[in-house]
Amino acid sequence: MILGHELVMSSSAAFAWSILPILLIGLRTTLLAMFAGFVIAVVVGMVFALMRRSQWKIVTWPVGFVVEFLRNTPLLMQLFFLYFVLPEFGVTLPAFWTGTTVLGLQYAAYMSEVYRAGLDALPKGQWEAATALNLSKTRTYRTVVLPQMIPRVLPALGNYLISMMKDTPVLSTITVVEMLNLANRIGDRTFEYLVPLSLVGAIFFVLTCVCSALLRGLERFVPQKGIALR
Amino acid sequence: MDLSVHLPNLLGAAATSLLICSLSLLMAASLSFGAGVALFAGPAWLRAIAFAYVEIFRGTSLLVQLFWLYFALPLLGISLPPFLTGVLALGLNTGAYGAEVVRGALRSVSQQQHEAARALNFTRNQTLWRIVLPQSLVEMLPSFSSLAVQNLKDTSLVSMITIADLTFKAQEIRNLTQDTVAVYGTALLIYFAMAMSIVALMRILETRVARSTGRLS
Amino acid sequence: MSASIEFNQLHKRYGAHPVLRDFDLKVQAGETVTLIGPSGSGKSTVLRILMTLEPFQEGCLTLDGISYHQPHGKPPFFASDVHLHKVRAKVGMVFQSFNLFPHMTVLRNLVEAPTAVLGLSRDEAEGRAVELLHMVGLSDKAKAYPGQLSGGQQQRVAIARALAMRPQVLLFDEPTSALDPELVGEVLSVIRSLAHEHDLTMLMVTHEMRFAREISDRVCFFEGGRIVEQGKPDQIFNAPEQERTKRFLSSVLNG
Repeated sequence: MILGHELVMSSSAAFAWSILPILLIGLRTTLLAMFAGFVIAVVVGMVFALMRRSQWKIVTWPVGFVVEFLRNTPLLMQLFFLYFVLPEFGVTLPAFWTGTTVLGLQYAAYMSEVYRAGLDALPKGQWEAATALNLSKTRTYRTVVLPQMIPRVLPALGNYLISMMKDTPVLSTITVVEMLNLANRIGDRTFEYLVPLSLVGAIFFVLTCVCSALLRGLERFVPQKGIALR
Repeated sequence: MDLSVHLPNLLGAAATSLLICSLSLLMAASLSFGAGVALFAGPAWLRAIAFAYVEIFRGTSLLVQLFWLYFALPLLGISLPPFLTGVLALGLNTGAYGAEVVRGALRSVSQQQHEAARALNFTRNQTLWRIVLPQSLVEMLPSFSSLAVQNLKDTSLVSMITIADLTFKAQEIRNLTQDTVAVYGTALLIYFAMAMSIVALMRILETRVARSTGRLS
Repeated sequence: MSASIEFNQLHKRYGAHPVLRDFDLKVQAGETVTLIGPSGSGKSTVLRILMTLEPFQEGCLTLDGISYHQPHGKPPFFASDVHLHKVRAKVGMVFQSFNLFPHMTVLRNLVEAPTAVLGLSRDEAEGRAVELLHMVGLSDKAKAYPGQLSGGQQQRVAIARALAMRPQVLLFDEPTSALDPELVGEVLSVIRSLAHEHDLTMLMVTHEMRFAREISDRVCFFEGGRIVEQGKPDQIFNAPEQERTKRFLSSVLNG
């Protein structure tokens, strides 16, 4: 019995069928971590990108370092760091949220680079026209800059969402009960790893295919309004 | 943490990480070019194999692949030592991503170059190896650079299959000293330094290649 | 309402490279002044400084008596955003490359700033936008996106967009240079009617010599970051005094 489900060992097929519901419970956690992490990454990434455009070196320099550091160190190590350090400072988060935060932060660093490229790609004349019309900084970003940038960065953000999904199994190392974690538990219990691990691989494969197809559809669906995507 | 005692240990483990990274990158490079060229210009059956390889390894998660090779493969009668398993998983995974890079770069060479080569009566193979591939090399290098860094970061996962790499050693020392900030902080900095070295090396390589293919004077 | 402009001993450098040196220029309220001269002579920079797109290093600039520097601020410090906001409220600019917002309809392009900056209600702003579009002859294009218009149409929308902010000074930075020859006329005729019917101070950089001669109250010949010669159009075009002016005019008029 795992999570209330009986394991049937009579044949490989029956075994696979009996553990599928268990893995699907893990799938929920996987998807939850992926979306929560994505939201963190999209928002924090934008904050990073905007801070790096500041005119003060005292802001741009540290933010630049943080971004480079997050981009160039392993997710697993960052995960352990936060997982063990946070409690030392009296912060106790559920493992899921520690994991999602770390995942989100690493991808925030990646996404800030995407935003940066998107902002740089906007013709200078657009900023100048906004100045000439006396639009405020916030208004310029909100109605002129971001609406033109977002459709351009969507494909890249979508690809990062898929990457994040494939990184979620790493969260199993800090006891987050997602698919891989459950597959390993089943393996430890039955000494039968082939079926659960293959099944997890297959589920990931299907998810990747579905997400990629959705993304391609989205790229076509996004209203273009005279701006070319990419 | 007493740095003088533990730093040499961490650096020794970092060397293991680097070794795994280098070996898997070698493997990934050959797979990238093999599968990438096959996808671009191979016969149908070879293209199908390359396609399946690339899609499977890009479509599933690296940690799942690593565990599959480590736990599941022995049940099929193939037992590999952990070190080899780690190198194999990393090489296969990075190679799949690299193949896409190679194919994209090959595609980016303009049709005129193909036509010029045909006008000079080059064979298909000559065109590929003498005209198209050298030109596309410059396009590949920036992506290879980020793949190499990604590969280095991914080596930390092999600690999960009992290989004593930097992450593994850092965990060990932390459990011993209970000094999370110092031990993990040092390990992170070592990873950062290694990644930056890879970036710097690749940048040198990029200028070299750009110069030798006439993109830079 | 129109405003006067005064440049006094203005210095502008890009790094070590001087663009404007000891630059003096006075423009009366309601005057139409054209800047002509070889490219790279600093003509456009004059307009860009007026629009606060570029800072300057020394000297002073006033618009209707308001300094571009903070009341007590000293060069080379550029004034605060709040102060510039006040200055910019009096100035509008038409760019060489139109710079319409491609993701907004023509109407939205005209309504955006009046609602956000002038605080007009949406209805009021749209009413004015429709009037302005009628004036530039594009009433039927309100719902189109800029990408669906020809260059000449885009530039007419850009002029309407600048006017929607009720500027007292309107700057034209080579408004026809990016247009195909057959589209130049429609834009010039809009500018012509503005010069005649509206109480605006207009400053224009252009290579259209015939047009400059026709609509200007005054023409300034620019070279090497300063004004070499200025005067009534007839005087500059018929009887230039400076050798360099003669050389430039003969090269562009016969070229």
